[in-house]
Amino acid sequence: MTERSNQLVVALAGNPNSGKTTVFNNLTGHRQKVGNYPGVTVEKKEGICRFSDACITVVDLPGTYSLTAYSIEEIVARDFILNEHPDVVVDIIDASNLERNLYLATQLLDLKVPTILAFNMSDIAKARGMEFDLDHLSWLLGAPIIPLVGSRNVGTDELLRTIISYSKSIDNRTVNRSTQVNYGREIEEEITKIQDYLSSTHSLPDGYDIRWTSIKLLEDDTLVRDQIQSPEVLEVVQQSIDHLRRIFGDAPEIIMADRRYGYISGACQEAVKVSVESRHNMSDSVDSVVTNRVLGLPIFLVLMYIVFQLTFSVAAVPMGWLEAGFIWASRAIGSVWPEGTLLELKSLLVDGIIGGVGGVVVFLPNILFLFLAIAIMEDTGYMARAAFIMDRLMHKIGLHGKSFIPLMIGFGCTVPAIMATRILENKRDRLTTMLVAPLMSCSARLPIYALIIPAFFVRSWRGPILLLIYLTGVVLAILVARLLRITLLRGETTPLVMELPPYRFPTVRGVIIHMWERGFEYIKKAGTVILALSIVLWALTRYPQKEEMDPDLITQVNSSYRNAVMGIDSVITVLEAGTDSDLFKRILLSDLAETDQEIVVRAEIQDRDDTIMRFRGILESIRDARKSFDSMIMEGEIRHETPEYAILRGELFNRLARLERDHGLLFRTALHYEDTVYTQYRDNLERLEAQHASRRLAHSIAGRIGNALEPVLRPMGFDWRIGTALIGAFAAKEVFVAQMGIVFAVGDDDEADVLRLRLRKAYTPLTAFCIMLFTLISIPCVATIAVTIKESRSWRWAALQLVGLTMIAYMITTFVYQIGSLLGIGTGTNLPV
Amino acid sequence: MKSKYRNPVRALESTPLALVRQGSRVKILAIHAGRELQARLAAMGLVPGTEITVISNQSSGPSVVAVKESRIVLGRGMSTKIEVG
Repeated sequence: MTERSNQLVVALAGNPNSGKTTVFNNLTGHRQKVGNYPGVTVEKKEGICRFSDACITVVDLPGTYSLTAYSIEEIVARDFILNEHPDVVVDIIDASNLERNLYLATQLLDLKVPTILAFNMSDIAKARGMEFDLDHLSWLLGAPIIPLVGSRNVGTDELLRTIISYSKSIDNRTVNRSTQVNYGREIEEEITKIQDYLSSTHSLPDGYDIRWTSIKLLEDDTLVRDQIQSPEVLEVVQQSIDHLRRIFGDAPEIIMADRRYGYISGACQEAVKVSVESRHNMSDSVDSVVTNRVLGLPIFLVLMYIVFQLTFSVAAVPMGWLEAGFIWASRAIGSVWPEGTLLELKSLLVDGIIGGVGGVVVFLPNILFLFLAIAIMEDTGYMARAAFIMDRLMHKIGLHGKSFIPLMIGFGCTVPAIMATRILENKRDRLTTMLVAPLMSCSARLPIYALIIPAFFVRSWRGPILLLIYLTGVVLAILVARLLRITLLRGETTPLVMELPPYRFPTVRGVIIHMWERGFEYIKKAGTVILALSIVLWALTRYPQKEEMDPDLITQVNSSYRNAVMGIDSVITVLEAGTDSDLFKRILLSDLAETDQEIVVRAEIQDRDDTIMRFRGILESIRDARKSFDSMIMEGEIRHETPEYAILRGELFNRLARLERDHGLLFRTALHYEDTVYTQYRDNLERLEAQHASRRLAHSIAGRIGNALEPVLRPMGFDWRIGTALIGAFAAKEVFVAQMGIVFAVGDDDEADVLRLRLRKAYTPLTAFCIMLFTLISIPCVATIAVTIKESRSWRWAALQLVGLTMIAYMITTFVYQIGSLLGIGTGTNLPV
Repeated sequence: MKSKYRNPVRALESTPLALVRQGSRVKILAIHAGRELQARLAAMGLVPGTEITVISNQSSGPSVVAVKESRIVLGRGMSTKIEVG
């Protein structure tokens, strides 16, 4: 409804694959907004278009083939038109598939709303040899017809001009009587009868057209029927239906569908000339390969692999940048933050917020690439082929053919997999797929497997064990899916009825918009939940605090320091001749403590002792030589056995040898200091710090929860340490490894092998396998739950997913552990590596 | 009572779509499905009386038919419910 003539609401309707979205993009550009119709999962897309003096709100209705009450999309589309009263409805029609597309048009025209028919893809129609007498056709159908080529943005202006003028003209509301679909004598009689009863009993719902209402009642449309109060009318309707059924042997709505096509066919015969050229020739040829019995599946798998690679390998580059960015941010805050003040806030910012949210935002390239791939598949028409190819297999599991795609994506990351379930139209299919998606072992779990498998299993077993884990996930997914289909999400899989559109080139703009919308949604929704939960988890692993080291650790720190001092004293004694002992000692002590006093001291000894200067110079040279050796090894990833390694080692050796030749005793003393005093002290300090960190974690709530959970975890073979790590891992699976590192007091600089060694000493291979099993089956991360809540539009399903998977994980892991222990499989503690 | 959509003579020559050979051109005689499914099919152009060409009919898999200018995939469950002749 509009009061001012320059503000309009236009609804876009049309079949799926008619290019409606492209036209919508042409009209609204980036001024779009995506949301939901209240209470349902159907997407609502709106945008603004300014043209001449008008401000047009364009609403992109869901793509539908008709306007029955049978599917939520059709209901939503129809309700919008009936209740929101748009000024104009534009039906986007694929002109190269005219007759089928006009089926929806006839229903829109029945609604008696001002409708404009947009013959989109008119270039394809023309290429196929179709010629339209648009004036005549327009007269026959009772609506203006505008040809468009959406993919090249041709005809958009004319469409807008027509929209504006049509909405203003007075007599658009009185549609030419003769252009209505004539449903045949018998049915028309019943329609008239019902119309009479409707008016005499005044039971016509507000704003509904009387003929349309009668037609819908004859079709036994449940929603319209619910609007009728008068039992008399309902009685008459039932009688009419029964009468027509007797005459025709079929329900009226079937007959009416047939009559519509007859009407359309008649109109097209008069106004459309077609040559023999089919629009499917090229597509058919491609399809003969792509959907081939033998080749179809392999081609599909190859394409899926490419999508996979694209999403996870190519995206890894920008992901790396984001990760680096977040690390930089946390360091920046760390260095700028005034010393010693508001330490809690700083930690919250750096560890909690940046750490947690960073973990989510880092996935953005991943998600964007994924949706890029999906957008391309949908817009080219390949998605339909994929569903076709996978249908047979999926059907056996109780899933829809299209379910395969989200599940494949789940192997990379569960979050985009759940978002990808949108491609499933049926709610039951979508929910089932959503609930089992986490069982596809995602890439975040890989670090856990990579940590555990080499630690516990012989080389020849490693590959098979990994494969076993992945397969377990797949098998479980199938079983759980079937279970769900039998119990909660019961019902026949919707029989597959799907259009195979001809292949076409997607518009770049359309694909980009598509991709960007979804990516942004992910950030908004998943991000807020994760931010909240990251803070909670940060608090759980940090409080209550234990800042002070335990007495036993402090004692060790002190004794290590004393040893170091003694070492320094001995160094100074050796170099006694000609040195200023006090100064020398101060210099070495500050070097030990890695403080900045050196700079001050350097100024002091400007003119002082040569020995000290030379000593420090040699020390620096030694360190520098070793550092460059280390960094070259690391950057080039050079391994021990290779000739390059030998060469570099040789160079290092030569450098050190030269220093010895030039400086003799001074060099050897410096080396002794570096290797014995300095390194030993630093290593001890680190070890003790790590132990302190481990105790700190045990002291925290998370640690205590881990401890408290131990009895529950024991049947699976877990202890409090694994429990604590699992709690942290709840935020994101990658955290598990880090947490285990802390619990086992492995320092930052230690290699992963140290942790592996300690793990192997602590646990059996059976337990290790159970850890992997448990992390496989249970929810991968908080983000999954957040996204499930959003996509299923209720927290109940997400709760079911969480509780269900956790319970299954618990039961299966316990079972495996108990049986394994009983049978003595993998319980040996000293498996050779 | 007789339906104009069911020709009693031709009934003997009708088969489920699922069994029709690739490349054949047939006419839909009847659809044995619930109202909702029939409405869905109708919206896609599949009503009794329509002529279709079978593009692909793999055993135990979905069928692909050509209806006027479109290609429609019908799952196995569907193609067994459509009677053609």
